[in-house]
Amino acid sequence: MARIELNEIAHSYLRNPKGESDYAIKRIHNVWEDGGAYALLGPSGCGKTTLLNIISGLVTPSRGRVLYDGKDVTSLPPEKRNIAQVFQFPVLYDTLTVFDNLAFPLRNRGIEPSEVTKRVHEVADILDLTPFLKKKAAGLTADAKQKISLGRGLVRSDVAAILFDEPLTVIDPHLKWHLRRKLKEIHEQLKLTLIYVTHDQTEALTFADQVVVMLEGEIVQIGTPQDLYENPEHTFVGYFIGSPGMNFLTCTLEGNVAQVDGAKIVLDEKTAALGRKAQGKLELGIRPMYLEVSPVPVENGVPAKVKVLEDQGCHKIAVLMLADKTLQAMLPEGKPVPEEKAWLVFPPQWTRLFADGRLLK
Amino acid sequence: MNKWGDNKAWFLVIPVLVFVAFSAIIPLMTVINYSLQDILAPGKALFVGTEWYKKVLHDYRLHDALWRQFLFSALVLLIEMPLGILIALAMPKKGWGISFSLVTLALPLLIPWNTIGTIWMIFVRPDIGLFGAAINNLGVAFDHTRRPLDAWVTVILMEVWHWTPLVALLAYAGLRAIPEVYYQAAKIDGASSWKTFYYIQLPKMRGVLTIALLLRFMDSFLIYAEPFVLTGGGPGNTTTFLSIYLVKIAVLQMDLGPGGAFSLIYFLIVLLLSFIFYQVLQRVGKGEKV
Repeated sequence: MARIELNEIAHSYLRNPKGESDYAIKRIHNVWEDGGAYALLGPSGCGKTTLLNIISGLVTPSRGRVLYDGKDVTSLPPEKRNIAQVFQFPVLYDTLTVFDNLAFPLRNRGIEPSEVTKRVHEVADILDLTPFLKKKAAGLTADAKQKISLGRGLVRSDVAAILFDEPLTVIDPHLKWHLRRKLKEIHEQLKLTLIYVTHDQTEALTFADQVVVMLEGEIVQIGTPQDLYENPEHTFVGYFIGSPGMNFLTCTLEGNVAQVDGAKIVLDEKTAALGRKAQGKLELGIRPMYLEVSPVPVENGVPAKVKVLEDQGCHKIAVLMLADKTLQAMLPEGKPVPEEKAWLVFPPQWTRLFADGRLLK
Repeated sequence: MNKWGDNKAWFLVIPVLVFVAFSAIIPLMTVINYSLQDILAPGKALFVGTEWYKKVLHDYRLHDALWRQFLFSALVLLIEMPLGILIALAMPKKGWGISFSLVTLALPLLIPWNTIGTIWMIFVRPDIGLFGAAINNLGVAFDHTRRPLDAWVTVILMEVWHWTPLVALLAYAGLRAIPEVYYQAAKIDGASSWKTFYYIQLPKMRGVLTIALLLRFMDSFLIYAEPFVLTGGGPGNTTTFLSIYLVKIAVLQMDLGPGGAFSLIYFLIVLLLSFIFYQVLQRVGKGEKV
């Protein structure tokens, strides 16, 4: 187990990168603490897998250093880094039995046969693979195969970290839930450093203590799931986390009032002051959960049209039009529901301002 | 309603049926017909039953040719399969080198088979051949027309030169189809390059290698044109393979009865061995006991 430090990492797959757009990883500088469960979340193509491969050593970064417990491992190949990685598709040694598959990484490192047998049985036990140990790996189901891939990572007791590259993509939904819980259990039991790449927010939020959100080769925010939900530092985080995502409205400021196509939204003094100092395109953001909707005119209420009402079982989602902008609001159970017209209230404590995508604070 | 008789789909099968009839069934029936009769003159034939089969099966020259054929195919496969895989492993994985090596490898496959025999016949000639003359000048007495071992070495070399590229191309295709992630996993697991080959590349190439093995077995077992041009089956009968011997009986001596019986036995041997090879490789693939 180790504390992994990424020091000013940048990577380009081109030999002579020119502009910023040639870089798959633009600048990453952060620390992955020992024993943490991290999720690396971002849209496809944002550099998640590249970053993971840099940590494991499959890719050597164009710039910067990778440190394991303070030791520079940037130029070391994966087998010398003592790291485990589980890939998107199950990777198996088809001709070997499940036992031999699990034993493979240990035998390659010259571990005593008795120790190998002991470790393999322990891991098979954790992953419920014991009944299959004598079977060939090739004939098993996709989730059993992925468990074997996972087991090959767990079987080495001294790994610095286990990296997961969207490991549940090929697994059936109901088994996904089961495997995810298994991972969580393993983390609690063994206190390993786990880094889990995904583009699925549910997966990230349920798995991780800390979620690292990436966008276009950069980390935009690191935080607990709650942090990301309540205090998104980037419009992308607001939009990506939560379902439905955060509402964003382009606005201009006049004193403490944000103007959105003629509608006036009152902000708190602190937020407005930050907004007046900021440069670039201003956007106002609010979570659908915090946007209050009233069927009758209220104080500070902004009139809007109701476009659609979606019943989601435990609550309703209202799609509203404010001038030509679309907003979504979550209507709690039991509250009066607007029909055609609604008055929106933006509670100042939940209304944020973003300049060029970044939160003002 | 008669599901079989009324089904118009039968009409769709007719073209294939006609094609197979003319390409396989009718010629095969002709051969069976020959093998059961003694044809004395056109229109005059005598039914002899299994007489020709008995005769052919007791022909010691055929036995010799058969063992020679087994030895030849075995040697060819033992050399070509590993060599082809080695070449495929050594081939470049990106850049202009790919097309260069592919074209270079494909060259022997594009040459007509009897031309290959001619090329090698000249190449190994002790007096003027590039290889033959050179090796003789180095003090190694080499003459494929007089010494059986030299004739064998030449035929095997020629066959290896001619057909290893096919194995290499198939193996290369198989290698390229292995997803990168397998190599990454092997690196993470600390596998040596031998283990990567043995546990990843070889099993993943099984499909194409099965095809390569079957093709190479059948082709080498049926070899005719190249040794016929190169050695004519000599010196003596030392490179007389089955097909060369068959042509001697059926065409040169016009013994259609024994020739027909011989052909059928030959055909059945190839069919049986191909079937066994295929079954064994399938079982290996599924991890069953062979």
